Amino acid sequence: MTVIHDMDDKAEAKMRARDVSVYYGDKKAIDDVSIDIPTKYVTAFIGPSGCGKSTFLRTLNRMNDTIASARVEGNIELDGENIYSSGMDVVQLRARVGMVFQKPNPFPKSIYDNIAYGPKIHGIASGKSELDEIVERSLQRAGLWNEVKDRLGESGTALSGGQQQRLCIARAIAVDPEVILMDEPASALDPIATAKIEELIDDLAGRYAIVIVTHSMQQAARVSHRTAFFHLGKMVEYGPTDQIFTNPLEERTKDYITGRYG
Amino acid sequence: MSPAFLFLIALGLGLAGWLAGRAKARAFSRAAAPREVVARPGYHAWYVAIWVAVPLALFAVLWSVLSPILIEQWVLATPAGQNLPEFGFQRQTILAEAQAVARGSAAAVFTPQARDLVEPFREATLFYTLIGVGFGIAMAAILGLWAYSRIKPAFGARVRVERAVMALLLLASLVAILTTFGILASLVFETVRFFGMVSPVDFLFGTSWNPDPMSSPTAPQGDRYGAIPLFWGTIFIGAIIAMIVAIPLGMMSAIYLTQYASPRWRKIIKPALEILAGVPTVVYGYFAALTVAPMIRDAAQAVGITNASSESALAAGLVMGVMIIPFVSSMADDSIAAVPGSMRDGSLAMGATKSETIKKVLIPAALPGIVGGVMLAVSRAIGETMIVVMAASTAANLSANPLEAMTTVTVQIVALLTGEGSFDHPATLSAFALGFVLFMVTLALNFIALRVVKRFREAYE
Repeated sequence: MTVIHDMDDKAEAKMRARDVSVYYGDKKAIDDVSIDIPTKYVTAFIGPSGCGKSTFLRTLNRMNDTIASARVEGNIELDGENIYSSGMDVVQLRARVGMVFQKPNPFPKSIYDNIAYGPKIHGIASGKSELDEIVERSLQRAGLWNEVKDRLGESGTALSGGQQQRLCIARAIAVDPEVILMDEPASALDPIATAKIEELIDDLAGRYAIVIVTHSMQQAARVSHRTAFFHLGKMVEYGPTDQIFTNPLEERTKDYITGRYG
Repeated sequence: MSPAFLFLIALGLGLAGWLAGRAKARAFSRAAAPREVVARPGYHAWYVAIWVAVPLALFAVLWSVLSPILIEQWVLATPAGQNLPEFGFQRQTILAEAQAVARGSAAAVFTPQARDLVEPFREATLFYTLIGVGFGIAMAAILGLWAYSRIKPAFGARVRVERAVMALLLLASLVAILTTFGILASLVFETVRFFGMVSPVDFLFGTSWNPDPMSSPTAPQGDRYGAIPLFWGTIFIGAIIAMIVAIPLGMMSAIYLTQYASPRWRKIIKPALEILAGVPTVVYGYFAALTVAPMIRDAAQAVGITNASSESALAAGLVMGVMIIPFVSSMADDSIAAVPGSMRDGSLAMGATKSETIKKVLIPAALPGIVGGVMLAVSRAIGETMIVVMAASTAANLSANPLEAMTTVTVQIVALLTGEGSFDHPATLSAFALGFVLFMVTLALNFIALRVVKRFREAYE
């Protein structure tokens, strides 16, 4: 494994994983991965299908807990606190580390209620007007406000696929997370909707630490500052995106980037 | 004897047609170029077999209806038949007796007049059996030969056989629907007779139910047939008390099974719950009458209600509620499980707890399916009889006190039909009117439930 440290002095680590392995039953899906996720930058995980990049992403907010057979070993810290320690409240963790899924999954509720869902369960807003503000701000940040401001009462499932995905991003933003995990957020969308999502990721980058799993190397190259290449459950190489794509240190990374396998 | 015989012939000839068709198709298939034959030999075989057997079977059914009429006419036309008494009942007895001897199911005649009719019956039966079999075989042979002559390499036997299969399936599905209409028709006829004696207004809006099968059928009886207490008892026991038990318990067990239970535990509990649905309702009735009802009475007396009877709406409703838990829980289970997993993940990833996710996302999304399940359960509960017969008495009471004895529509239907009134007495006929109302109500409930469930399915596909 090749890791380049201190590529950017300003990038302090928001999340820090050390020697993380994930098992599904007896099968080892992630083998001994260590990585620092910088704050306020976009980190991309790339690699062929089944390489474990999505599995690793889901360890970062403990969504693997919902899979009965999954087991995580090693240490993952958020601001220096081990998220797998017994003192960690999963509800709090997921409020701080939000997630956007591959397939847009708005709740079958109104657009307004989709956004208000998180603030309500976490008791973030103290009144209706504050909740209105949060809804508007979140939709604005997700670049959806102008398209839906006149129909907040309509069902979130009635929006187009790209709008649904931005709604899900707005929903994640509404609880004011520190990290946003995105699991192939544009793979179910057409090129125009994809471009909008990428633009949005760019806008959000200065505010949150974003981790994005993607199949598309072009997408990783366009939106991310750092890229980690996963292969067969191992992290092969991690470094500044420019360098990974122009001058990778590992032969396997180079083969994948140039399309020799994958 | 002759229809069954015709069916056997149809089977035999059908098999012969099948073999002949296949032999011919095989021969020309082997000789032809690969793409020239449009159907495989099996389809040609079935084509011939269907043309041989199906019309013959239909003819057998027709003949089984027609031949007794023709036989009887033959017998009546003989001199002995002309001398039969005119009076319907005696005449029928003599004919039936003669026929039984002719068929060999009785050894000798009892009425002397019947003796002369035995021989004509024998002749007529033989004659029409021969005609039926002869005509049937001839028809099958002609149709079979015609079908056999049609099968050629370019003949589309496959399409035609597929069409026949579809027709068969359509017929099967029509049987159930036609039966429903048959039931409705049989109810409507008697209901109209009842409403000729008692006005529908008295029946539907009267509050006193006290039919007397021994009263004079011609006397006006409107004030005895007020069915409101029955409708109320039915709704109170089946739709209110039973649902207060079944909805929360059914829902909670469905939530536990879909969201909390480990797969192993679920594998044990779910079938156990479904066994509950297979217990005969009489057994629930015992439980209600012997265990639950006395317990309720004792409990009521312990808190100072001295007039609590051992038959109560509460006992019947509680046990009925337990009985329909599986209906509610399995429908709720299905519709919660049908909510996409991504919905649940989305909520959990927002930092919602499991119970918040269930309450705010899963149940609202599954609600239409759950409502549909509850409505099916209600229509099942209001049609239920045995538990109420055994635990809630037959006294028609219009009361909101669950500790009182009450009765339901179905219980009254049983009581009236097995009662001592003559068949054309309004007391007996009122059972049909009650059945008709019950049928319409459950039909409407099922209809609404199916509509609701359908809308729910569309939402996720």
